[in-house]
Amino acid sequence: MAGSILGNRVLRKEDPKFLTTGGVYVDDLLDEPALQGALHVTYVRSTVAHGVITSIDTSDAASMPGIIAVLTGKDLGLEFVPSAYNPAATRTLLATDKVRFVGEPIAAIVSNTREQGEDAIDAVVIDYDVLPALIDLEEAMASTTLLYEACGSNVVFDSMVLGLPDNTGDAYFADCEVVAKGRFLNQRVAPCPLEVRGAAASWGKDGRLTEWLSTQHAQGAVAPIAAANGIDASMVHVKTPDVGGGFGAKIGAYPEELLLGVIAKRVGKAVRWRETRSESMVGLGHGRAQLQYVTIGGKRDGTVTHYQLWAIQDSGSWVDMGTILAPFMTRPMSSGVYAIPNIECRTTSVVTNTTPTVAYRGAGRPEATAAIERAMDIFALEIGMDAVEVRRKNLIPKFMTPHTTVVGQTYDVGDYETSLNKVLDAADYKGWRAKQKVARDSGATKQIGIGVSVYVEITGGVGNGESAKVEIQDNGHALIYTGTSPHGQGHATSWAMLANEQTGIPIENIELVWGDTDLVPIGTGTMGSRSLQQGGNAVFAVAAELVNKAKSVAARLLEASEEDIVLDKDAGSFHVAGTPAVAKTWADLAVAEKQSGGLVHSDVINVSGATFPFGAHVAVVEVDVETGKVTHIAHTACDDAGKVLNPMLLEGQIHGGVAQGVAQALLEEVCYDPDGNPITSNLADYAFISAAELPSVTVVHMETPTPINLIGAKGIGESGTIGSTPSVQSAVVDAVSQFGVKHIDMPTTAEKVWAAIQSAR
Amino acid sequence: MIPAPFDYKRASSAAEAISLVSEYGEDAKFLAGGHSLLPLMKLRLAQPAVLIDIARIQDLSYIRDAGDHIAIGALTRHMDVEKSPILAEHAPLLSFAASHVGDPQVRHRGTIGGSIAHADSASDLPATTLALGATYVVQGPNGTREIAAADFYIGFLESALAPDEMLTEIRVPKMNGATWGFQKFNRRAQDWAIVGVAAWKRGTESGVGLVNMGSVPVLATSVAKAIAGGASISDAAKLAGAEAEPQSDLNASAQYRVHLAEVLVRRALESTSK
Repeated sequence: MAGSILGNRVLRKEDPKFLTTGGVYVDDLLDEPALQGALHVTYVRSTVAHGVITSIDTSDAASMPGIIAVLTGKDLGLEFVPSAYNPAATRTLLATDKVRFVGEPIAAIVSNTREQGEDAIDAVVIDYDVLPALIDLEEAMASTTLLYEACGSNVVFDSMVLGLPDNTGDAYFADCEVVAKGRFLNQRVAPCPLEVRGAAASWGKDGRLTEWLSTQHAQGAVAPIAAANGIDASMVHVKTPDVGGGFGAKIGAYPEELLLGVIAKRVGKAVRWRETRSESMVGLGHGRAQLQYVTIGGKRDGTVTHYQLWAIQDSGSWVDMGTILAPFMTRPMSSGVYAIPNIECRTTSVVTNTTPTVAYRGAGRPEATAAIERAMDIFALEIGMDAVEVRRKNLIPKFMTPHTTVVGQTYDVGDYETSLNKVLDAADYKGWRAKQKVARDSGATKQIGIGVSVYVEITGGVGNGESAKVEIQDNGHALIYTGTSPHGQGHATSWAMLANEQTGIPIENIELVWGDTDLVPIGTGTMGSRSLQQGGNAVFAVAAELVNKAKSVAARLLEASEEDIVLDKDAGSFHVAGTPAVAKTWADLAVAEKQSGGLVHSDVINVSGATFPFGAHVAVVEVDVETGKVTHIAHTACDDAGKVLNPMLLEGQIHGGVAQGVAQALLEEVCYDPDGNPITSNLADYAFISAAELPSVTVVHMETPTPINLIGAKGIGESGTIGSTPSVQSAVVDAVSQFGVKHIDMPTTAEKVWAAIQSAR
Repeated sequence: MIPAPFDYKRASSAAEAISLVSEYGEDAKFLAGGHSLLPLMKLRLAQPAVLIDIARIQDLSYIRDAGDHIAIGALTRHMDVEKSPILAEHAPLLSFAASHVGDPQVRHRGTIGGSIAHADSASDLPATTLALGATYVVQGPNGTREIAAADFYIGFLESALAPDEMLTEIRVPKMNGATWGFQKFNRRAQDWAIVGVAAWKRGTESGVGLVNMGSVPVLATSVAKAIAGGASISDAAKLAGAEAEPQSDLNASAQYRVHLAEVLVRRALESTSK
């Protein structure tokens, strides 16, 4: 026995293809027989942030070269559909009465070529009665101009409707020696997957609709596609080609995607759609966008006794998933890693004339973490205590049995102080403090700032389990069918490792099948850092069961008792204990079972709940106090994701997550002008981070396995965006706190930092 | 992100390019490296009816020592400007500035002439050649003429080039041992400058060009005048904004830009690079 493959740095099976011929994305499906002669769909989008549509004239566009049809919501007979989260909010998939953000689709142009469709956009004449654009959250909350009249308010969801109490205001802090307050903007950001949205649709002769979709969750798209097309879910087949990133924004299916079947039916041909980057920047859901009012109180010795958070969530112009992240993800995690005895948290979600918000890497937990971590910092500043010591004093002590916080969230296992100690050591925290002192004492232009965050998050909270099927082919190779939906995570490698651990079949002989709803009808997709702990766990359990099945087949063939059969994983064959010379290979068994349904096992494996990975980050920045320019010079991350399956994949997740988290702290923000026109709708204006702006990330190892699943794994996909952001923001403030600066909102651009220094001095 | 329809013509010589542009008039645009024009076309902010591709005119890509100045063909790529030993010796400020244009992919395609003819105040090379006192040679139907960089930039993306003229050569005076500094202040490495400064100094002589401090690249003459009058660098740098009319935009307020210009001019002039 060569030892377990689990925990090893196994190279990604996926990479040879991606590094040579490249992936096959929706737009690359040129040889697909069902898409031969497909027409192109181009959407005409609102150029107005808020307005009533008074007329749409498509006649000029319809007569342009290569234009097959120009279709409005009325032409397609679209009906109003309610939001899943607030049924009073309704819309048609193409705007028919009102537009509510710049970029909202109004008409679909069908053309022979993409270029012809693009040329016809300007020829569709749309008149509007323009309404006031509500961009600012608090203005929208107070405004009598409503996005959805039927909602009676621009507040479309409030935690109080869940029966949760309102915050009690300053009275809550009456017994505190010290109280600090903050208003923090967790700004709106764009997920920016390298592959923008794309889809294609074709009706078969059997009346079934096949849709190819760039998605994180094919199975979840079936019902909405069926509903949009007025057919039964059994008549929908969703297929997922390679997907070039999603970051949460490709969990749900969008109007542009849901309508393709309707359009294909109308024109009697298959259709394709792929958005441009400029469209993607306004059409793909945005993330974060949460305004936080924070009050923290306690004793002068550093003990925090009271914490109050009012999170105002920007839903954008539709009541989409972003609406419910504040109540269902931010609120439960509001306590963070701290044993704070009194917490109040109210969340209020508000619609504005902006792109709808959705789940974006971290989805509600980065916001919770940023709020409590900034609160700890301002509390520490207020009492003049080192921010690390304040944290240490209030940490929940190590627990190996479930711990429930005062907001009612139960964490599985946690050892926060160890992760803090590890990261401080690895980052040379004391050394940086000494360097900082030298820079401060000498009044240098370049000052050093050090930021520390400690976090806990919730992963695997989506779905109660996952489906898996393992099937042995005649040649002894295995096919794994999974309900997860990899788009960069490396499931083909990790699921093969898990199956190999059970079966001994070499990973190069194991292929992954995913994202095809005919082949994998049950699946919850890839989101919320769930895949390994639910999908991987299912593969691990199902493969073990398949080995048992194989043993009974081997027992029959070898005329032995099942209990006496052993699997030699190195040889990939079964034999009676003690007589390895007479063996049956996986291929032998598969062939033997061919007539009775094959050597295959499938199941849906449940897990008992979510897991709560934790960790601590240390960021070091250099701030040019003359210009305000921030340079991120060092970053150390200790992320405990439980049992590690493949350290290389874990590190990749941390590196990417840290990059996106740092981007929010330093650079990225979606901006609108006062009329609601997006002014960051390309990657020149939107400050998408690049490697040149990042230091090398030092990853510190720590493993505290969870009892929740068989493999002891927690999620790692989002940790980087949760731990890194507050540490970097804190480091920037720390660099200039000597001048009296207490807080700088993200992104901490040079001008903001410079202005903060000027006004504090 | 898909340009409007256009016709495409390829010129194999400057004379052919000028004859084509004379034929199509103001509807035509020269295409060199394409790194300014094509993004504008893809956003449909520019919709020329005819593109005249001049990128393959071989004899307009060169860097030559011409005695008191260095002559650079208009179609010389940024990467060649960056790596040129001749420029490293005689006009290192220009090479260094070229090494800050976009990213390596951009520098392998974009040309110095394209950047200057596009006359974008946010680009690095117009202000740098302005600071260096360069002369631009342009060719039209009636022959060539020279335009001083100081007279070339007229307005936002607008130059002294006539519609039927083409920029063919950039003449950069030798720096003769001047110290120099180039400061590019941006959010990300590959971004346009929020503010940029190209400056050189030789005794009391100096030249300071400002990037993105108004609708045109700015020659900070007040700074140079103050230095000539014996002012210290830090005092002279406080005049950095005197000729500038910066805008407020997504990346910076006008007030902050002026502050940045003052800091960056000081740093550029204090630089001891030779």
